[in-house]
Amino acid sequence: MAGIDWSFIWEGFLQTMEMVVISTVLAYIAGLPLGVVLSVTKQGRLAENRAVYNILAVLVNISRSIPFLIFLVLLIPVTRLIVGTSIGTEATIVPLTAGAIPIVARMVEASLEEVDGGIIEAALAMGASKWQVITGFLLPEAVPSLIQGSAINFVTILGYSAMAGFIGGGGLGAIAYQHGFIRYKTDILIVTVCILVIIVWIGQELGLKIAKKVRR
Amino acid sequence: MMSVTEKDIEKGSVADDIIYRLDHVTKVFEGAQKVVALDDVSLSIKRGEIYGIIGMSGAGKSTLVRTLNRLEDVTFGKVYFEGRDLTGLKGKELRKARRTVGMIFQGFNLLSQRNVEKNIKAALKIADVPKDKHNEIITKMLKIVGLEDKRYAFPSQLSGGQKQRVAIARALATDPKVILCDEATSALDPKITAEILELLKKINKELNVTIILITHEMSVVEAICDRVAVVDNGRIAEEGEVKELFVNPRSDAARKLVYPENAGFNLFDGQGRRCVRLVFDGTEAKEPIIARLAASKGVEVSILSANTKSVGGIGFGQMIVALPENEIQGNIAIEYFKFAGVYGEEVSEKSKEVIAWQE
Repeated sequence: MAGIDWSFIWEGFLQTMEMVVISTVLAYIAGLPLGVVLSVTKQGRLAENRAVYNILAVLVNISRSIPFLIFLVLLIPVTRLIVGTSIGTEATIVPLTAGAIPIVARMVEASLEEVDGGIIEAALAMGASKWQVITGFLLPEAVPSLIQGSAINFVTILGYSAMAGFIGGGGLGAIAYQHGFIRYKTDILIVTVCILVIIVWIGQELGLKIAKKVRR
Repeated sequence: MMSVTEKDIEKGSVADDIIYRLDHVTKVFEGAQKVVALDDVSLSIKRGEIYGIIGMSGAGKSTLVRTLNRLEDVTFGKVYFEGRDLTGLKGKELRKARRTVGMIFQGFNLLSQRNVEKNIKAALKIADVPKDKHNEIITKMLKIVGLEDKRYAFPSQLSGGQKQRVAIARALATDPKVILCDEATSALDPKITAEILELLKKINKELNVTIILITHEMSVVEAICDRVAVVDNGRIAEEGEVKELFVNPRSDAARKLVYPENAGFNLFDGQGRRCVRLVFDGTEAKEPIIARLAASKGVEVSILSANTKSVGGIGFGQMIVALPENEIQGNIAIEYFKFAGVYGEEVSEKSKEVIAWQE
């Protein structure tokens, strides 16, 4: 343990948090509306639209089926276009976000589906527009479930971020692999994995706690 | 806008005392199996009345009430609300019309993540009520439903009856002309049901809000309705004054509702005796008619079951009596009932035929 460069580990931790937090936020900015559209355009729903639903569902399913590692490579041209480079921590945010959007969308869709249909009916009976039903009834009612889902998504994205090392990204995952695993530094391997476990644990617990607290 | 109204007037759909007029409304659910939920339903609902729509589950009453604010589109026919055909309204026009029709539900349908105040506020926002009036309206509504102290409570902290009161406050907040009640008391126990019905009656009287309620319980209709439509198999089996329906149910569906078998009303005594159902309309009920029959004619009948209740402030009752086996004595009894002005009917056990008489 004495030989561990803690500032190196700390830097990895910050890189991981940077990648995961930014990617999660970006994935929600795109995935939340996508999930809402998926949920409301489904058959028998508020804004049933078979064409829209089928197209989005196919896109989401395909992108979710591609292994993330392949996604990383496939998106290199796109990443280069957006970030200017395809290597490094910042560059990892692009495929990480892209890979997380369909996952977030499905999670949001599932959360919205839990909302009691009677509430939507009541809103419509009041004369609410579809937009008012979504923003004033559907989403507020789904908040506890959405928070719980976001904790799960955070952990998934954290897992993906460990693969960033393959395209030259940093973070704890890359350290664990390149220094701990490849160079046989067992202590680094153990420390980084432990930190990852703690992040997952805190993220999950925090999500559950907040969800429980806001649920009425 | 204007031309639509004028056209409707020409059609004769506008009568000032009629708030709703349904014209041959038919609703067909297409699917693997075609279901005719409403079959040529025509009826009129008067402004200011409490109108009941009663039927067994699956009769089509839920679909019927949903055509009134077009939560359900109709396949054929017209639904006139204040002379305006709702079936032709689109988008904004429809939403505007819906804002003048409140609705409460069996499952209350409150926002569980919002407190009482914000639940009512949600309705005010949708109806574009100016923000500076929200507070005053919410206070007033909570006073009407008697929940001033629950303003900041969440639905999960309220009882079923209190939740329905919040729903009523929410429905009432936008000053609607009508409140639709979809089995609003079916999830509540009898005592709370009575309280909620009392509240609805008060709202109807004091605020002059027309109330249309659907239910499967005759007791709800008896308690507060002025008029009632019996829905059976997507059709109106019969319609009229509640008193009239109770005294003289003509359709099978209505008879089933007025004398549910599980309430102990059996028109046959099981021993082959002639049985008669007597109905008292409030004047004769107090008279000890059975005792007088025995005293003056020497004919004794046995009471198989009896039930009296108050409908619309008048005492009503019905009684099933078995006549003596002696045919002459039985006929004397029937003549006596007729003479006394009691509505009644004889039931033949063999043919299951009902022979009614009315003075």
